[in-house]
Amino acid sequence: MELVVAENVHKVYQAGEVSITALKGVSFKIEPGAFVSFVGPSGSGKTTLLNLIGCLDKPSEGKLTVAGTDVAALTRTAGAAFRGANIGFIFQDFNLLPVLTVYENIEYPLLMVQEVPVKTRAERVLSLLGSVGMTQQKDKYPDQISGGQKQRVAVARALVTNPKLVLADEPTANLDHKTAFMVIDLMKKMRDEFNTTFIFSTHDQKIVGQAETIFNLEDGELTGTQGKGGEQHGQPA
Amino acid sequence: MGNLLKIAFRNLLRYKRRTLLTASLITIGVVFVLVFTSVTGSFKNMMIAQNTDSMLGHLQVHRKGYVASIDNLPLNLNLKAGAMARLEKTLNAQPEIAAYSPRIKFGAMFSTFVETTNIRLNGIYPERESAVVPLLPARILEGKKSLERGDIWLPELLAKGMKAKIGDTVVIVATNKEGSVNGKQFKVAGVLDSVTGPGGRDGYIHIEDAAEVLRMEGMEISEVAIRLKDFGRLDSFQGKLDALLAKELNQQGKPIFEIHTWEKLSPFYNIARMIDVMTFFMKLMLIAIVLVSIMNVMIMAVYERIREIGTMAAIGTPPGRILSMFVLEGLSLGVGGAILGDIAGAIIIFILNMLKITYDFGRQKGFVLHAGINPADIIVLSVIVIIISVIASLQPAFKASRMEPIKALRHV
Repeated sequence: MELVVAENVHKVYQAGEVSITALKGVSFKIEPGAFVSFVGPSGSGKTTLLNLIGCLDKPSEGKLTVAGTDVAALTRTAGAAFRGANIGFIFQDFNLLPVLTVYENIEYPLLMVQEVPVKTRAERVLSLLGSVGMTQQKDKYPDQISGGQKQRVAVARALVTNPKLVLADEPTANLDHKTAFMVIDLMKKMRDEFNTTFIFSTHDQKIVGQAETIFNLEDGELTGTQGKGGEQHGQPA
Repeated sequence: MGNLLKIAFRNLLRYKRRTLLTASLITIGVVFVLVFTSVTGSFKNMMIAQNTDSMLGHLQVHRKGYVASIDNLPLNLNLKAGAMARLEKTLNAQPEIAAYSPRIKFGAMFSTFVETTNIRLNGIYPERESAVVPLLPARILEGKKSLERGDIWLPELLAKGMKAKIGDTVVIVATNKEGSVNGKQFKVAGVLDSVTGPGGRDGYIHIEDAAEVLRMEGMEISEVAIRLKDFGRLDSFQGKLDALLAKELNQQGKPIFEIHTWEKLSPFYNIARMIDVMTFFMKLMLIAIVLVSIMNVMIMAVYERIREIGTMAAIGTPPGRILSMFVLEGLSLGVGGAILGDIAGAIIIFILNMLKITYDFGRQKGFVLHAGINPADIIVLSVIVIIISVIASLQPAFKASRMEPIKALRHV
């Protein structure tokens, strides 16, 4: 069973009296455990699509189901609960909470979202700290570590709840080339270790090659698919 | 909750200067209210004590209609023996009463054989009067503190003006209720310090001398002053005594007695009320300070942390938890400000008492300021500050919790 199914998804933003169509009838399927990238230039609709898959926004038209749940049917509170249980996020700007240490940032979703018991929390956080190679820095605050380290912490935070899906919007945009590859390698390693589906967006052609499935987006339309684990359907390329 | 508090504290410490300024503002407000309440409370208590413990007693019982004509000291409105017996029977049965003292009040002519003037006199049982108004003996500036038959205590200004000295013989001439004039010689036994308030410049003689001067066949009492064991229960006791004495009716079926607390008998009650009103407005100002400063800080905190709020919401933090996080920040500011204010206020009040500041009340000089505050008042004030802090945080916290994560994450 597919993890993400988009059927003729449209997204229209209203900016005053002007309507901006960000997605124009996008249809695709993504299987569990896939390592998928949405590729396209700025303004092609990558972030909009990731926001919809992440249940942060709702389609204007069409149907989008994530882990069997219709995204459009979720209320604010139900959406938060669904994201907390099923989706991990990695942001372009890392978005670590500055008042929390590395350890506490990773622990945050277990503590504030899932209310996991303290022992389980500690085991899970320490294990992930080891997996992303940040054990030595666990007591440091975000402003005391490098950009690459921040993104590794963000990866660990995204994975700590054992989500079905991790979404990463331009996760390497603020990193140098070497660090960017390290982060993508880490994401892949995590996918292999936890069998979590990773979907990331990028416009960096060198990074794109790391994805196993690539969806090309242009002007809000899906223009092609490469690789395995994903399928474009119902919409001509 | 502990983790939310931890995050709230760290966020407050993140903007140290702003947090310090806001907490200081609340602290200063709390200190101001505490010191003002304690100082004015001290003045108010002194003023009430001067009135009740020097002259009035806590409450007084008169014959119905007496107080309306109290300036005339009407002898025809005195309580006769029968009424007094009924009143005393009721009063003796009240466990709340510490003591009561019957008085005969009348106006008279006072003569030193050289000069003559008018005087207001109180005929009293000295021991019973001292039990009701314990500051009376302390008002004796010179002479003896006991009052025997044939003695008179003169108010200081009258004694000075009439050049009457301790041991001098003076004459009191009075007209009784039938219009008959009578006189009696007295020996000046003491000179009384004048106090501000009704009856503060009256002279005192023994009640039996008063009855003799007024040629009373039986004792006719102008008023009965009552002292309670617990002044705090004044209002409830007045209600109780009112109900009991309302049953005592004259032959026409009308009430015999009327009861008045010191509040109705002394003009200083209005000053006491004014002090209460001023204290209330001080508290209102404090509420405004807390409300505006915390709301301002929390609005800024939400505005500055929009992306963080977006991140927390995107990760799946329930809106209620985001709301709690911000409310706890405001609450912490309020609690911190209130505690610091309470401590600083207590220290300032302690220092004020150490300095033994003196002040005057009317003609009375050299009252030492005894600033004190009821612990219950500190608790109530702190609770008000804390509740207002929470209320002030609610709107920004609610805004944060309702924020769309997608918009918040886009915020620059």
